[in-house]
Amino acid sequence: MRAPVRIKTLTIDGKEVSAKEGETIWQVARENGIDIPTLCYLEGLSPVGACRLCLVEVKGANRLLPACVTQVEEGMEVTTNSERLVNYRRMILELLFSERNHTCSVCVVNGHCELQRLAQRLGVTHVRFPYRYPDLPVDASHERFAIDHNRCILCTRCVRVCDEIEGAHVWDVMGRGIKSQIIADLNQPWGTSDVCTSCGKCVHVCPTGAIFEKGKAVAEMEKRRQFLPYLTIMRGGKQ
Amino acid sequence: MAQQIVIEPVTRIEGHAKITIKLDEEGNVADAWFHVTQLRGFEKLCEGRPFSEMPSLMARICGICPVSHSIASAKACDQLLAVRIPEPAVKLRRLINLAQILQSHALSFFHLSAPDLLLGFDSDPQKRNLFGLIEANPQMAKDGIKLRKIGQSVIEILAGKRIHPSWIVPGGVSEPLNVEKRDAILAMLPEAKEITLRTLQWFKFSLEKFRDEIRAFANFPSLFMGLVTSEGKWECYHGRIRVVDGGGHIVADQLDPTEYQDYIGEATEPWTYLKFPYYKPKGYPNGMYRVGPLARLNIIDGFGTDMADQEWAEFRELERGAVLSSFYYHYARLIEILHTVEKMEELLNDPDILSKHVRASAGLNNLEGIGVAEAPRGILFHHYKVNEEGLMEWANLIIATGHNNLAMSKGILQASKHFVKGKQLSEGMLNRVEAVIRAFDPCLSCSTHAVGHMPLHIQLIGPDGTLLDELRRD
Ligand code: SF4
Ligand code: SF4
Ligand code: FES
Repeated sequence: MRAPVRIKTLTIDGKEVSAKEGETIWQVARENGIDIPTLCYLEGLSPVGACRLCLVEVKGANRLLPACVTQVEEGMEVTTNSERLVNYRRMILELLFSERNHTCSVCVVNGHCELQRLAQRLGVTHVRFPYRYPDLPVDASHERFAIDHNRCILCTRCVRVCDEIEGAHVWDVMGRGIKSQIIADLNQPWGTSDVCTSCGKCVHVCPTGAIFEKGKAVAEMEKRRQFLPYLTIMRGGKQ
Repeated sequence: MAQQIVIEPVTRIEGHAKITIKLDEEGNVADAWFHVTQLRGFEKLCEGRPFSEMPSLMARICGICPVSHSIASAKACDQLLAVRIPEPAVKLRRLINLAQILQSHALSFFHLSAPDLLLGFDSDPQKRNLFGLIEANPQMAKDGIKLRKIGQSVIEILAGKRIHPSWIVPGGVSEPLNVEKRDAILAMLPEAKEITLRTLQWFKFSLEKFRDEIRAFANFPSLFMGLVTSEGKWECYHGRIRVVDGGGHIVADQLDPTEYQDYIGEATEPWTYLKFPYYKPKGYPNGMYRVGPLARLNIIDGFGTDMADQEWAEFRELERGAVLSSFYYHYARLIEILHTVEKMEELLNDPDILSKHVRASAGLNNLEGIGVAEAPRGILFHHYKVNEEGLMEWANLIIATGHNNLAMSKGILQASKHFVKGKQLSEGMLNRVEAVIRAFDPCLSCSTHAVGHMPLHIQLIGPDGTLLDELRRD
């Protein structure tokens, strides 16, 4: 016998909602038609709370909480949209843009990019921080795909999809802080990995132009990730 | 001790350019150079990037003729893929390049040069701009704005509204043309033709007034280079290279553009990053050649469209051999505009232009590719080398401003000798030197003086490096 599902009641943006125990604020918000912006979170993959874009205000909490990993509690009062939150979200995006080289106009995903779309949605018109212009390589050693570290925002979706769904675990994160970088296997050219099955899942979950199909011209790469919920259901996985 | 005058246009594009006029001990003009440095950046910038980005990346070299750079780049990429792109894609690429030439020529003629031509070279610089033109001749100003708009609209209809279109891709174009778009373009062309004919009429009528300029504006024999079809007709997309001398005689014909290194040398000088391309068989610097509208009209046996052919025949009557004065670049531009309109009509009336087969797909099959096309200002070379993974290792670009560099320097020398008197700098001299540069319409000048005069900075530097005189116009 399964344990009975407990129901929690709370308010999100002043609206009374009920939720199942164990659900996250993000999930409940979405069930109620409230869209909290995310970048690292992707339904079907385990949440990691890395990008902090989904930060929300919870009354009584002394800090902002990431909605994608915070479970609902009885009586919570959540605010998903305020001037303060929008400011933080903008700042996070600006930092992401300044950290690496995002040249949207010559990017393979120009017009189909989650980072770009979010920036538009949140009204990021300029970046207040100095650009770092790091000198980062493109690894095009794989026969069909390439990874351009200049466009990577370290969301780790590729790491998780490869590990959790495909089961190959090609990707990992190397280094700490600003020096972090996505690596294949033991920090070797992607094309030399003997565990990569060339399934292309990382290509399609990557929110930016960091992982793409070779030969795609500028603005031609569109990500298709309809496979994700389907695969997780097939494997009986929980969200 | 020799002295130098340095003229430095303050530019809004990457890099900078300046003019150096060298005086001898007596204070007479001894030599002059025009230098630009903005291109090195791009050749470096693309290193390590996937070649498939190049048509869009290279488009950013020039804000005025991005399309032509895209095309030369895409042709180089076609070679990397080792594909022959479908014929409809060739037609579409040609169509958009024609629109680019139309748009850019209209900008050059009406916005940048017409004020000089209409108001006089010595008129108040504050008035010598598009606004002055609107006052003096509203019809012509309106025509210019309209014509440029038509060129721009054609580009937008084909490639989308983005500032840097990504429609031109390795292997062809990303989307076919549909009936509505075709008809929308066709509907704009009659007006473009009318405007051009009207302006040509006016220009021919006014030529008399510019006898001085015609004589002094880079008027000297040189070689001329550009693309022609296998029948020797005007060509802006495929074709082979023809070289004609100052007497109008064909020096070389049907040269394979991808073998440019066999016949084009690139000399370097210690005082500038810019390379000086020259025609190898004549050596350096005698192998000086000009490219662009004037050159194209000098090398061809005709346009292959009725109205432009008539105008061309009249144009070639100006001189017995090749037409030598760079002042005639303006005239040549107008005739080319006429041809682009006729040619666009012809292409759009070909049912094949609507074909869905506009792209060849392939992986990387060659490690080296060379793409050549005619840009508004002259023939354009993009030469790429990539590694086995398709990442760029090396690029060499020769752009019109580069090709014309020797001739432009010589033209500035000629104008300086004529107009620079003594060690004092004068506004009049500034105007003429500026107008000579403008006749060539280097990318640089058009990006820097879209509204009105060209920002210039002249310095007269004494033998010990001290500043003797300075003239600035921002
Ligand atoms: S990944 Fe997105 S944000 Fe980054 S350059 Fe590409 S389009 Fe712009
Ligand atoms: S490569 Fe893409 S999916 Fe992977 S961490 Fe970077 S941005 Fe995220
Ligand atoms: S989406 Fe919640 S932290 Fe990234």
